[in-house]
Amino acid sequence: MNRTRSFPRGGVRPPERKLATANLPIRKACIPAEVLLPLRQHAGAPAACLVRAGQSVAEGQPIGRAQGPLAADVHASIPGVVSEVREILLPDGTPSPAVLIALEGEFSRTGRTRRPEDWRELPRDQLLRRLEAAGVVGPNGVPAAAGLRAAGRAGLLVVNGVESEPYLTCGQRLLVEKAAEVLSGAAIAAFILGAGSVRVAVEADKPEALRAAVEAASAFGFEVSALETRYPLEEESLLMRSLAERKAGPGASGFAVLEVGTLLAIHEAVTLEQPQIERVVTVAGEAVRHPGNLKARLGTPLSALLEECGLRGPARVIAGGPMRGFAVDGMDAPLTKGMKGILALSRRERLPAVRTPCIGCGRCGEACPWGLRPDELYKWLEHGETAEALGRGLEACTECGCCAFVCPARIPLVQGLAAGKRRGAA
Amino acid sequence: MSQPAPHLHQGPTTRGTMLAAAGCLVPAVAWGVLVQGPGALAVLAVAAGASLACELAIGLAAWRRFTLADGSALLTGLLVGLSLPVYVPLFVPAVAAAFAVAVVKASFGGLGRNWMNPALGGRLFVTFSWPALLAVRPRPPAGWLRVPAGLTDGSLLGGSGQLGLVSTLLLALGGAYLLARRIAAWEVPASFAVSFALTVWALGGLPAGEGLFRGDLPAALATGGFALAAFFMATDPVTAPRGRAARLAFGAGCGLLCFLLRVYARRAEAPFLAVPLMNMLVPLLERPAARRGRK
Repeated sequence: MNRTRSFPRGGVRPPERKLATANLPIRKACIPAEVLLPLRQHAGAPAACLVRAGQSVAEGQPIGRAQGPLAADVHASIPGVVSEVREILLPDGTPSPAVLIALEGEFSRTGRTRRPEDWRELPRDQLLRRLEAAGVVGPNGVPAAAGLRAAGRAGLLVVNGVESEPYLTCGQRLLVEKAAEVLSGAAIAAFILGAGSVRVAVEADKPEALRAAVEAASAFGFEVSALETRYPLEEESLLMRSLAERKAGPGASGFAVLEVGTLLAIHEAVTLEQPQIERVVTVAGEAVRHPGNLKARLGTPLSALLEECGLRGPARVIAGGPMRGFAVDGMDAPLTKGMKGILALSRRERLPAVRTPCIGCGRCGEACPWGLRPDELYKWLEHGETAEALGRGLEACTECGCCAFVCPARIPLVQGLAAGKRRGAA
Repeated sequence: MSQPAPHLHQGPTTRGTMLAAAGCLVPAVAWGVLVQGPGALAVLAVAAGASLACELAIGLAAWRRFTLADGSALLTGLLVGLSLPVYVPLFVPAVAAAFAVAVVKASFGGLGRNWMNPALGGRLFVTFSWPALLAVRPRPPAGWLRVPAGLTDGSLLGGSGQLGLVSTLLLALGGAYLLARRIAAWEVPASFAVSFALTVWALGGLPAGEGLFRGDLPAALATGGFALAAFFMATDPVTAPRGRAARLAFGAGCGLLCFLLRVYARRAEAPFLAVPLMNMLVPLLERPAARRGRK
């Protein structure tokens, strides 16, 4: 194991607020009476709808077929009848067709144990085809199969076991409870990539997850690195810097980074031919009475999950983590493949404040991991000078939110910079 | 999207910054009033009142906004009051505070847009408008403590000897809190104090014909005005530069100018002059970093 390391510049240390859920075992969420499955749960174009209203679907049956790059298949997460196919807005504001399925009939997969198949007998192409057939998508919206194909032959696979956003503990719990399966997924991905080495990155302040990772990694011959917790460590390039991997150099062929939830899905897709129809999600926040990590069917309405965890009082409901997630107005938004958290935050824990003009304190620049000056970029963009902002490095912004997190004037810096980036790209 | 990420925040708010700075002035304010008597209270009250009234009037008339809540007008008023001697006629603090808020701050667009610390702008305006009223002179003890105040340094807190020393310590105490909470940047007061002390110690004896390294360091440092400028005025986030190197250079420049103005120009209010002079150079100081950041 290496000594604790981190990335060189910027970043923030938000209050962790993980104690409420970090030590609770993953529990199974109730099967909802209805699921709403968006056909766009990936970065690319929506999947083509394969079902009509009134049609019966079996558990795990494909209902959307991937079209174009960065797209993945979508499967029915419960058996039932398609009640309608309608256009919805996802929490991030993008429109997507979605299939509403009412629960009916028998579960063809759940409750039947399958013997895991030994994937080592399968050729590389078939492994990739199984990932495609299962519709495995990572939290960044990149389908696992497409990501692995694009990485080509990489020398190094990094298992991203880092979770530096507050509240979220689903990745940590997966490592504690399912380290062997997660690392088996990593072994599959490493085989596809032809990667010679696999490194598991875990935060040093999560001893239980670290221990589980070390234990499981020894069986696979993987190396485990303990890193210092600082948001946004989970970002790929910061993770690589923290692991002290040379960015480019002789012999440093490509690398690939995969997150633990995705690796578990890869393991299940390959050894059990299990489509991605459920995920573990952290439900937390002060406005939730019984927070925890729930293994829930995709398409479950957020309201159902929050009610199951005892929602109380007025709260801002967030799909995703508190730093990058999206506030949802109606809670009928569904659980999707990339959603790591569902948070109901009270006013007190959010620390809202009145917006004032910029006082030029420079905290945003100190917090930026990319060494940008968010305040200046924001002012240039405010005056319509997109080209000037681009010249000052706007492109490097990953919208991690560190700048707005520390801003005393509560200026919506991320929103402004993100809009500027979109204008610049257009 | 009406509620953009991030959904959490940390650290002081704008109002928190301003009110913390004002709160950290309280021990020094109390000391000043105890020593200087009711006159000090009147100067402070007039300055704070004028500052708040001006901010309210301009905010409502020009911007249709209530801007008193950000706390900056209160802080400006207190700083103006503390930077003036106790014996000035009461129209002086009123004019200084009004000039600070209306001209130095509001005419540039309000909070965050001014290039010079408003309180210092107001202080300098009255300094040059009524030099005779503000001239440094001895002052008989009038406060409740009955301490001989001696020669003032042109501020409520000032004065030679023990008075100034206590003021400096009290201001440094409040300043230390601001630095510890990272509300003010430590680089500015640190390099300000170091460069001022070094130059005074090394070169301060020269005008008196005493040679190198014979400067009267305690006398120079132990005046309230210096600590007020270093901890509360030079650190103003709006007018101080951003970036560590720029802040260190800014503080060092303040210290050097402060030394020149005090020892060679014999101006007691040297710190109050040095900071705005350096405020003018902030864009230049920030330029190397901006160049580097450019791709």
